[in-house]
Amino acid sequence: MKRLLAISAVAGLALVTGCTAGTESPGPAPTSATADDPVTIEFWHGFTADSELKAFEDTLAGFKQKFPWITVKATKAIQDDQILQAVRGGNPPDVALSFTTDSVAQFCKAGIFQDLNPYLTAGKIDPAALFPKVIAEYTQYEGKRCVMPMLADTYGLYYNKKLMKGQQPPKTLSELADLTKKLTVRDADGTIKVAGFVPSSQMYENAPIHTGVMVGATWTNPDGTSAIGSDPAWKSLMKWQKDLTDWFGYDKLEKFRKSFGDEWSADNPFQKGKVAMAIDGEWRNAMIAADTPDLDYGTAPLPVADDQAARYGAGFIAGTVIGIPRGAKHQEAAWELVKYLTTDTDALVTLSNAIRNVPSTLPALRSPDLKKDPNFQTFLDVFANPNSSTLPAHINSVFNQQTLQEAQIAWESGRKTDLDALLADVDKKINEKLKLTAGG
Amino acid sequence: MAAITLGNRLRPLAYLSPWLIGFALFFVYPLISTVYFSFQRYDLFTLEPVGLLNYRYFLQDEAAWTSIRNTLWLVVVMVPLRVVFGLGVAQLITRLKAGAGIFRTIFYLPSLVPLVAGTLGFVYLLNPATGPVQAILGTIGVRSPDWFGDPAWSKWGLTMLALWSVGDLMVIFMAALLDVPKQLYEAAALDGATGWRQFVHITLPVIRPVLMFAAVTGVIQTLQYFTQAMVAARVASGATDSAGSVFVPGYPDQSTLTFPEWLFHQGFRDFAMGYACVLALVLFAVSMVFTLILLRQFRGFGEEDA
Repeated sequence: MKRLLAISAVAGLALVTGCTAGTESPGPAPTSATADDPVTIEFWHGFTADSELKAFEDTLAGFKQKFPWITVKATKAIQDDQILQAVRGGNPPDVALSFTTDSVAQFCKAGIFQDLNPYLTAGKIDPAALFPKVIAEYTQYEGKRCVMPMLADTYGLYYNKKLMKGQQPPKTLSELADLTKKLTVRDADGTIKVAGFVPSSQMYENAPIHTGVMVGATWTNPDGTSAIGSDPAWKSLMKWQKDLTDWFGYDKLEKFRKSFGDEWSADNPFQKGKVAMAIDGEWRNAMIAADTPDLDYGTAPLPVADDQAARYGAGFIAGTVIGIPRGAKHQEAAWELVKYLTTDTDALVTLSNAIRNVPSTLPALRSPDLKKDPNFQTFLDVFANPNSSTLPAHINSVFNQQTLQEAQIAWESGRKTDLDALLADVDKKINEKLKLTAGG
Repeated sequence: MAAITLGNRLRPLAYLSPWLIGFALFFVYPLISTVYFSFQRYDLFTLEPVGLLNYRYFLQDEAAWTSIRNTLWLVVVMVPLRVVFGLGVAQLITRLKAGAGIFRTIFYLPSLVPLVAGTLGFVYLLNPATGPVQAILGTIGVRSPDWFGDPAWSKWGLTMLALWSVGDLMVIFMAALLDVPKQLYEAAALDGATGWRQFVHITLPVIRPVLMFAAVTGVIQTLQYFTQAMVAARVASGATDSAGSVFVPGYPDQSTLTFPEWLFHQGFRDFAMGYACVLALVLFAVSMVFTLILLRQFRGFGEEDA
């Protein structure tokens, strides 16, 4: 029995050491091989809505015209977990798309997606001429560009013209606070009926990655350690949020927030007229058009800190990313699809017009075929603004955001009162975690 | 006496082989891998030996210790409450003269509700703004707490959810209670023992094995408490499934963060699988200790019985 256990233990260890799934792919073949042989490639993406799927089919039809020998077999509603599992199992799709940029560092570091730089070089594609500079920050990590951007999301301020009572959208945080107080409607007992703006970091799109841009706050130092405690911008943002929260009363504001309907439905508080101003992505335009077409609203860039007026017009940028997983079987064809979906002006314009995301290349942005209206234009301008920023790819991206958000909730609720100590603790947690996962 | 041949020696092993293979494949191998990974930086794809780094991180990881405290709170408060409540309900129902069937069904049904659906329902019912519970309390001027949004109340909210779905325990307690010989109660009544004394001296000793079973399974289940805490925190925090909207596990203020939840997040969200293996080993050790303690109790009882 003992011997048997020992044998199984040894076998187990052998399995353990042997099971680090897959191997690094060698990159593009020197020639584009037998390019015209018919080939079928698998493409996984996360789109689910009928309108999105239709737009996708139209775009893929355009691809088929250009590359008649490549057949694309698309699978919808895929999440990151499934991509990871498939790569681990050694049976990945040829092309995969992810909605979140949070995993990009992981994708690059562990080689889950292949480095696309050799393809870009071979194809003489200059990313700097094609994409705004900020996109590089969320599509590459430590010199590896393992995903390409396909459509982008930018964030701005939506305002309900009726509830604004003739006021112009605010340009600074002080103006936003003043206007919030002016536009808020309350019952005799203090119950909030309409809020000018909900400052809570727990409000739908008020996560720190979006609000931090208003004060130009930085997340990390170049070495990956936390800059949150040492950047005074975070402190000023959190104080601003707390002051405004206290003006409402935390309990009253929470009760109001918890009365909101689903963010992704027509019950969204902005579409319901429960808040006069809200931070949201460009996609809300399409949702308003579909669900509440009568809503009279406008859009503007996010307000900025009072002493940073020159940055007005900048916003947060992120987007959908697409790449070739490790172990993909038809890499050449896969690259053609990735290239088409991320650099072809017609493809991006078709997609953008249909699902109202920001096209992610500068030429597509300037395309005369791009449908524009003043409310959508705001977001295109944010995308083109050189001061717009993103959350740079970080190996612990989700953990870092969660740690800051936890601190924000504790602070806004008044359960923690020493802001310096709170942010120092955030730094400590982020830095320790970095040592754990990256050895920094 | 026949000579002991090699074949003779191997035969028992061959008979045992289905179990041996299963045991090696599903217990020994995973356990050894877990120990091995716990000394590695393992992001699910690449391995890098890091010595005791994962263990050192555990010692200073506040969230891990918070999750241990929360899980122990649930073991110490929720498990006994469930046993007491389940026993109480079973007592009442076994004594009902009429309508026992209906009440039995009513109390049992919640335990058939899927965990996620039940938790969603509770968070909705207890919503401080739109929930029916607040609406009813409001008519008599009482303000309900923000059950799943206030760290002082969130674990009690989960406890109420656990009490609501006590039907599984109630059923086995009812069976045990109905199994207590009637003549014992009659004899005790003749000796002048009242209801409470009858309960302490007759009912409890007879149903003790069932209580032990409920305690052991309750503790083991609670050490693995995951789904309800995850769903309640997610729904109550209002986190949405959009890029940039980060779900904070254990919302609010890590008050519902359980140990398995933290383990899962380390391994599958933060890709710190080496560290997650350390947490898994801790959970394994703690579960073993609890199980041994409870098994000793069982054995003690068995001897007493004999």
